[in-house]
Amino acid sequence: MVKEIERAGIPVVHMCTVVPISLTVGANRIVPTVAIPHPLGNPALTPAEEKSLRRSLVERALNALSTPVEGQQVFDK
Amino acid sequence: MNDKLRVVHYLNQFFGQIGGEDKAGITPIDKPGHVGPGMALAAALGDAAQIVGTVICGDTYFGENMDKATDEVVELISKYQPDLVIAGPAFNAGRYGTACGAVCAAVAERLKVPVVSGMYPENPGVDMFRSKVYIVETGDSAAGMRQAVPKMAALALKLVAGQAVSPAVDGYVSRGIRENYFAETTGAARAVEMLVKKLKGDAFTTEYPMPKFDRVEPNAPIADMSKATIALVTSGGIVPKGNPDHIESSSASKFGRYSLEGVDTLTADSHQTAHGGYDPVYANQNPNRVLPVDVMRDLEREGVIGKLHNTFYATVGNGTSVANAKKYAAAIANELVEAKVQGVVLTST
Repeated sequence: MVKEIERAGIPVVHMCTVVPISLTVGANRIVPTVAIPHPLGNPALTPAEEKSLRRSLVERALNALSTPVEGQQVFDK
Repeated sequence: MNDKLRVVHYLNQFFGQIGGEDKAGITPIDKPGHVGPGMALAAALGDAAQIVGTVICGDTYFGENMDKATDEVVELISKYQPDLVIAGPAFNAGRYGTACGAVCAAVAERLKVPVVSGMYPENPGVDMFRSKVYIVETGDSAAGMRQAVPKMAALALKLVAGQAVSPAVDGYVSRGIRENYFAETTGAARAVEMLVKKLKGDAFTTEYPMPKFDRVEPNAPIADMSKATIALVTSGGIVPKGNPDHIESSSASKFGRYSLEGVDTLTADSHQTAHGGYDPVYANQNPNRVLPVDVMRDLEREGVIGKLHNTFYATVGNGTSVANAKKYAAAIANELVEAKVQGVVLTST
């Protein structure tokens, strides 16, 4: 799916937990996430902590969309 | 009498010039000589071969009576005492591809002559028969006929001549056959050799190729995030509560587009996941864990992003074929381009 969106000319960031799959299917901008059933959350945290975790991951995704890349890049920090 | 190679061609009702879907129920018939695309095939095979007969069967008849239809078709084919049988090409037509594969497999087994078909790699006939049949990779529609036919003919002639063939050289779908041979060095030595080449950045050839996926070059980044419209897309199945479009929990047959107009956050009451491939408890409790609407709205208010696109798109990426995922995403991308969306955050579970 990421590839078709990229192909249409829109920069896209893939937020997912299983990074090797994302690399295999050909996403270019990749942000690793928390877990398969809750990529952008962690039920073990308090709601406030969880939202701040989510925010930091989304900010990383926006940073990826603002960063020029050549080929595939995993934004893990 | 002549000593030309005797070729029989198998076609469905459409390419066999009988008719469209209304004729898809016809039982197998045969006609002497070539029919429809058989003319181009005959030309590609050249003077050494002659299409002595064409067998035509309706796709629906074949699909609904596979065993019987296979017997009937092979019976008609055998009448012509062929040296070679070619079926299709079937492109991405599922029933036709399945029929071509079944006919070829049966002919190879019963008549012991070379068989060749042609299909688009996502045609279900490919996975069903690739191990038994040489299937040349074609485009997904009849527009690919001109490219497909010469490749099929060339491969067929090599097989008849008993020449060595390979997927790389002859353009057919790998049959998954490993050929035993005596290598000069052990696997360990070859693996280390490959690793050294890889570390040096030199070219090397794997002995076990992985499935191929095509690549798309990354687009230029967003220059000014504070003015950009960003859209959310997910394969994690987040949908409005009740799953109004009935997106399937696996092998999704569709995607959904849902409004975020006036939506500040997703809740257990407003949204849920339709995905059947992961434990839905966490996503159902708080759907922002898969589709981060709450945070995106905050970032929009703070001016970090220009705007959160007021529509989000979702499907279920669980057993969904590559072809379908591609199709949904292409349609989604089209709408996003129309809406002048400048960036996409795609979440997967």
